[in-house]
Amino acid sequence: MPLKTDTMILNMGPQHPSTHGVLRLELELDGELILNVKPHIGYLHRCFEKHAEVMLYNQIIPYTDRMDYLASMGNNFGYVITVEKLLGIQIPERVEYIRVIMAELQRIASHLVALGTNGLDIGAFTPFLYLFRDREKILTLFEMTCGARLLYNYMWVGGLSHDIHPDFQRMTKEFINYFRPTIKELNNLLSFNQIFIERTANVGVLPLDTAISYGITGPSLRGSGLAFDLRREDPYSIYDRFEYDIPVGQGLVGTVGDCWDRYYVRVLEMEQSLRIIEQAIDQIPDGNVQSAIPKRIKPPKGTVYGRVENPRGELGYFIISDGNTNPFRVKVRAPSFVNLEVFGELCKGHLVADVIAILGSIDIVLGEVDR
Amino acid sequence: MYQFLYNLISNGIIAGFIVAAIPLGVILLYALFAIWLERKVSAHMQDRLGPMRTGWHGWLQTVADMLKMIQKEDITAKNVDKSLFNIAPVLVFAGSFAAFAAIPFSSKLLGSEVEVGIFFIIAISSLVVAGILMAGWSSNNKYSLLGAMRSVAQIVSYEIPTALVILSIVMLTGTLSLDKMSQMQTSYFWNWNILGGPHLGLAKFLLIPFMIVGFIIIYISTLAEVNRTPFDIPEAESELVAGYFTEYAGMKWGMFMLAEYANMLAVSGVVSILFFGGYQSPIGYLGNLTGVHWLIPFEQGFWFLTKGITFVFVQMWLRWTLPRLRVDQLMTVCWKYLIPYAFINLIIIGIISLL
Amino acid sequence: MKKPEEIFELLKIQFGDAIIEFGNTLPVEAIISVSPLQIQNIGKYLRDNEELKFDSLMCLSGVDDANGTKLKDADGTDLITGGTLSVYYHLHSVSLKHKLTLKVSTSRENPQVESVENVWKCADWHEREAFDMYGIIFLNHPDLRRILMPYDWEAGYPLRKDYKNPEFYQGMKVPY
Repeated sequence: MPLKTDTMILNMGPQHPSTHGVLRLELELDGELILNVKPHIGYLHRCFEKHAEVMLYNQIIPYTDRMDYLASMGNNFGYVITVEKLLGIQIPERVEYIRVIMAELQRIASHLVALGTNGLDIGAFTPFLYLFRDREKILTLFEMTCGARLLYNYMWVGGLSHDIHPDFQRMTKEFINYFRPTIKELNNLLSFNQIFIERTANVGVLPLDTAISYGITGPSLRGSGLAFDLRREDPYSIYDRFEYDIPVGQGLVGTVGDCWDRYYVRVLEMEQSLRIIEQAIDQIPDGNVQSAIPKRIKPPKGTVYGRVENPRGELGYFIISDGNTNPFRVKVRAPSFVNLEVFGELCKGHLVADVIAILGSIDIVLGEVDR
Repeated sequence: MYQFLYNLISNGIIAGFIVAAIPLGVILLYALFAIWLERKVSAHMQDRLGPMRTGWHGWLQTVADMLKMIQKEDITAKNVDKSLFNIAPVLVFAGSFAAFAAIPFSSKLLGSEVEVGIFFIIAISSLVVAGILMAGWSSNNKYSLLGAMRSVAQIVSYEIPTALVILSIVMLTGTLSLDKMSQMQTSYFWNWNILGGPHLGLAKFLLIPFMIVGFIIIYISTLAEVNRTPFDIPEAESELVAGYFTEYAGMKWGMFMLAEYANMLAVSGVVSILFFGGYQSPIGYLGNLTGVHWLIPFEQGFWFLTKGITFVFVQMWLRWTLPRLRVDQLMTVCWKYLIPYAFINLIIIGIISLL
Repeated sequence: MKKPEEIFELLKIQFGDAIIEFGNTLPVEAIISVSPLQIQNIGKYLRDNEELKFDSLMCLSGVDDANGTKLKDADGTDLITGGTLSVYYHLHSVSLKHKLTLKVSTSRENPQVESVENVWKCADWHEREAFDMYGIIFLNHPDLRRILMPYDWEAGYPLRKDYKNPEFYQGMKVPY
């Protein structure tokens, strides 16, 4: 007579050392095998979209910082590009160059956190600290520019809040020379470590058509084999002036689209960001970064959807204006919100320990998921 | 040691107590030192400093932590199984501590002169398994139960390669007693078992590669026995919060930690006795050189502790470098790789020792 | 790459009355308004047609148009009756690299829109969010429940223009 077994429901609750924030996962387990995962979100919902309807256009910028708090420059960038599209203003060249450099430095900083926490969840304690040591150098550059280390409020509609420090270019070049060898060190320590490969290769494989149907963007999509990068497909700001490659997952140690591919795409992207910064840092023209900032932002009636390539994916702002100084509707298409949808699919048939590896490789930030 | 004390005070019970208290004292002092060492080692590997304020470079940090832990409130959840919950840490610590009875710290300091030394150690360390399972079950917590199950599976599986390698050494030396094994590897470091044993001859040189393989196998298996990374799934902080001791607070948790460090020293001690000559010095004794013969046991104690702490240091080094293996990969490593290699090693060593 | 006018012509031929109008609001976006109960078929056509191939839904947003009559409630706050709620779909093709914006409008009292979840899986959580924030019911959605607000939030739909915070939620005072 067959044994009647029951499935166990395990709750990885909102407070947990490795769910990257307040995310509740309801796992339905059969022993250690996962049958179903239901994510419950909303624990960090701060009603950004409702707030945006009662504030002026430039008062919203600090609020956009706090959504994806690990890639603040990117959030600001997306918002100001969208509003500038709506207003139709031209911004000085100096502002464009500085914005690109800041966005790429922010991309490196955000990937350092993502890779470090990915390793930490798998059990490698040391690379996390090495990467944070490198991240400190980037945060020093940001602090020198605008005074803040995490939430910058730096990019304003039509310009920037502060001009860069006179030493900024020299220190950035020093950082580039320092950082290139540390990527190699990271590869030796973590990326090609046999135990790490065993934990992440062939785990959480995301096929390409599922990824496109679920709307996944960013390194997770590129890890599945498609070279789709908004900086090249739909160029915004001055990204079309620089030369850089788009790293794609090729299944070097497992299948295309597994956790290791998503991890390695991020490592390669840091190298490409260094290339962009190197090209841009020497070409910054002179000018006044605050000359084009409008005194009163009152866009004409209309709708606009602007998008940027954030470290986690495509960040989109959909703004509807009705002619007032407050926007009528601001909708944020957050990349982590969309990337989290596919999590249930990816986990089916794996073990509990893999849930953590997969969650780390998708790289979500709960501030963005919940807004 | 017991004989010596009995002659001194002619009271069996007190002599027995003193003989038991000396290893306990050594373990507690060592645990103090080891926890500090772990924090400093991990800090320096991670490019930071570690505790620096409590005493010179933070050496009093563990004392401060112990004081804090002793005065903590002992919180127990409502639905735990009280008797099992309270006994579990005691059992785990007792199992680790009892193993020291058969480990010779020096030629004169031996807890008890059992003839079946190593067999006793393997058997008594299995008490730890029962303790862990009790801890996980009585906590009334799904995470603890998962952690305890994994830990039991891991410890029980990895005892087999350990036992196979120990068997091969026993075959070679012909004795189960750890004391006699240490005495056999006398004089200088080329007489150690890892370099083929004390008897010169063809067999000695043939044995060297297999001894090294055996050493690696037993080192990996004992890493798994003490639940250290890369095998620390039972206490995987980022997956199961803290595994089977999630629900323990205060001194009970302190007992689990003490037991873990005591276990580390025990297995390091066993490995060093089996392969690296135990308490024998690699370069001869100062006591012999200067003629002060009563100095020799102290020197031997010093060498034993040095070797033990070196292996403990390597264990810590591995912990902070390597990521964690998943449960099924852990089992695969044990059953599909370590056990066949240990078995083949055993057979080959047996054949060579017939020469 | 197709221009929005060409796509409008193609859709008009295929679906006739379901395509309502072509709004060319400046700046930036051209929006095609379609009927809310036909959006699933239109979506499937847009995804599968060889010349269009819109295989990726970038964003799905609910909007409260606030174009009904505004009345004053008992305690002086605004209440809107009549008017419409809209849903905007931003589509995009990975292979052919063109973009499109669709819009559906449905009545405020009984907002019902067909779900496009089985056309683009990404719409799953976006539609749950539109339901959570605006109360738009998506027909044939596999699991339509609140996503960002607590599951038992009774006090209405937060992003509507006439939403008021409740006094108490499960015994806790809400405005503080």
